[in-house]
Amino acid sequence: MFLKLETRETGSDVGLSTLACFLLGVVITTLSAALIIAVIVSDKAAPELASLAMQNLNTSGVENPVTAVLLNFRSYDTLLEIAVLLIVAVAVLPDQCFAGKTSLPAKRFLSRNVKHQVNPVLAGLLKWLVPLALLVGGYLLWIGAYAPGGAFQAGAVIAGAGVALSLAGQHDFTWQTTSVRITLSLGLLVFIVVAAINNLITGTTLQYPVSYAGLFILIIEVAATISIAAILLLLFVCLKAIAEPAREGDTQ
Amino acid sequence: MWAEIVIDVVLAGGVITLAALSLVVRQVFTAIVLYISLGLMVTIIWTRLNAWDVAIAEAAIGAGLTGALLLVAWRRLHEKEDVNDVSEAGNSGNRV
Repeated sequence: MFLKLETRETGSDVGLSTLACFLLGVVITTLSAALIIAVIVSDKAAPELASLAMQNLNTSGVENPVTAVLLNFRSYDTLLEIAVLLIVAVAVLPDQCFAGKTSLPAKRFLSRNVKHQVNPVLAGLLKWLVPLALLVGGYLLWIGAYAPGGAFQAGAVIAGAGVALSLAGQHDFTWQTTSVRITLSLGLLVFIVVAAINNLITGTTLQYPVSYAGLFILIIEVAATISIAAILLLLFVCLKAIAEPAREGDTQ
Repeated sequence: MWAEIVIDVVLAGGVITLAALSLVVRQVFTAIVLYISLGLMVTIIWTRLNAWDVAIAEAAIGAGLTGALLLVAWRRLHEKEDVNDVSEAGNSGNRV
């Protein structure tokens, strides 16, 4: 069957003629060359911006310049990034891909599937690995204020723990409940609420007062980590559910 | 000094080789594995550039989660082929 996949891919039925492929190649090469030239030509701004960030670090509320830029100086970008992630989550949110798989609808986000037998070595490994990954995620989130780390990295590590659980097959995730959907949108909601409160205090939307900046950034990062982890896990679990729709159905 | 240059040359050559191979290679699975290797090598390059934030993000998202997503998508392609094989053989519904 793999040979068949291979031959189908090597065939010329990609929907594009040779001329179209050639033109596409020319366009992509030109764009790439333009980007490379742009990077070579414009080498002035970067060092000035870096020194500017370092100079204003003591007003940002955190000690890590990357976190300061991401969540204070350029927090508008991060707000929009989290919004984009939420849109992705809405786009892939399962509506019917779980329908028919579980006979009784599970109310909890994480439910144990006892029927599926798991290698005891794998089960033992997961017992250590999943709490460890959660701990590392929390550490990355906390250390993000002082050293490399932050919400995205922490969210990805926590989502990795969920991916390991999902691959072992003994746990099922449910995405239909309202609480899960609140979890998915928590990052954006908290970000907007903090921005609104900030607007009431200072009159500007995303310019935090120096004394509260650290607290605001921590609140936003905790909420963003939870949402990012949930969204990344949703991407994986939903794709996996589509990939193996007949696993439960066959046994019944 | 020389050791650093050698490491950098190996990393730069390796990342270009892996990128080219993952595009050129015919088998989807091989391409995915090469792409994950590319992500790990890019992670090492970020650490060489002292960009630890980007290195952590690349390792966790670029190499880890993207790799997992690609592998699951590959499995979905695989399953579709499997279903086609079974239905062509005429014994549909007997798949484990």
